[in-house]
Amino acid sequence: MRGFFLAAGLMLAGMSVHAGEIPEYKLVISNHRYQPAELKVPAGIKFRLVVENRDASPEEFESTEFNREKIVMPNSSAQVYVGPLAAGRYKFFGDFHQDTAQGALLVE
Amino acid sequence: MPGIALLVFREVLEAALIITVVCAATRGVPRRGLFVGGGLILGVLGALLVALFAGALANAFSGVGQEVFNAGVLLAAVCMIGWHVLWMSSHGRVMAAEMKALGGAVQSGSSSLVMLLLVVALAVLREGSEVVLFLYGMVAGGAVGVLGGLALGVIAGSAVGFALYYGLLRIPLRHFFSATNAMLMLLAAGLAASAARYLVQANLLPVLTDPLWDSSRLLSNGSLAGQTLHILIGYDARPSGIMLVFYAVTLLILLGGMRRVSRPATSNSAPVTATIAQPQS
Repeated sequence: MRGFFLAAGLMLAGMSVHAGEIPEYKLVISNHRYQPAELKVPAGIKFRLVVENRDASPEEFESTEFNREKIVMPNSSAQVYVGPLAAGRYKFFGDFHQDTAQGALLVE
Repeated sequence: MPGIALLVFREVLEAALIITVVCAATRGVPRRGLFVGGGLILGVLGALLVALFAGALANAFSGVGQEVFNAGVLLAAVCMIGWHVLWMSSHGRVMAAEMKALGGAVQSGSSSLVMLLLVVALAVLREGSEVVLFLYGMVAGGAVGVLGGLALGVIAGSAVGFALYYGLLRIPLRHFFSATNAMLMLLAAGLAASAARYLVQANLLPVLTDPLWDSSRLLSNGSLAGQTLHILIGYDARPSGIMLVFYAVTLLILLGGMRRVSRPATSNSAPVTATIAQPQS
């Protein structure tokens, strides 16, 4: 059991060292809209997407095109790891406000 | 209200499909309704709790608590379903024989009731917590028709579940438990693949190749058919390599386990079948 925790700890430690090398991009949700509505990201690498929700209600950041979903609580941020993606346009939306919360990643 | 009903419907549908397959697989087990009801109540209470602590959960494990929690819930459901599949491969024949002899009742199914309760609870908890957070936002935002949308979504989602259930009951009894067992295995494999997706999103697992293929033009993840197949057989229009690994490993473990479990049971079940079938002839 102790071996397991040791291994898990080492894994997490390795991960956090690794995390420093991953570039970060930011999206803001305000009035149930994404800003920017189109976000440019590089192709072929893994990156961290930080989604900040400035609204008073929860939102679910979701994309069926790059297969991610995460709830972002009111007035807080959430991070998801995305990619590596091939070049192209990948739509994402806010599941809880689909009529306004629409956006896309421009991967190039 | 249509938007509210649609979102609720999609979440309820996911839970309803899982519950339906599990219910079909435990057909004829006595006191089953009690355990399904108990699972539903536990699931709704769990969903409220998860929604209440969603903020704390999100911040846990340095920001990936939500993913770790979802993957944990999914893998727990996979274990429960897997346990039942293995259990059924040694008891399934006996159950089918008993059902024929006793007019649809089964006496030997009690060990699957706990599985049933937990899988129902986990399915409701996972989808339900999203519904709770969504509705909370709607109410806070002053939306109208929230209750009506909720009711409509729940009724429509459950209706699809019931329709599937009565469709499954048309499978002849001889093949019934083989069919439901196969469905349970595909369901479990798909849930395991979803767990892998969450762990990739949290950067705790490598993607391997992503995407392995892209069939979103044929059947996209966002479409109703795509979503239904996603739950039932684990369909994904753009799966990553690691998802396929989780899917295949789950199937292989279950198939291998079934072969091991059913071998000694074959000799046991034969005399039972004979004694029970006797009164009928």
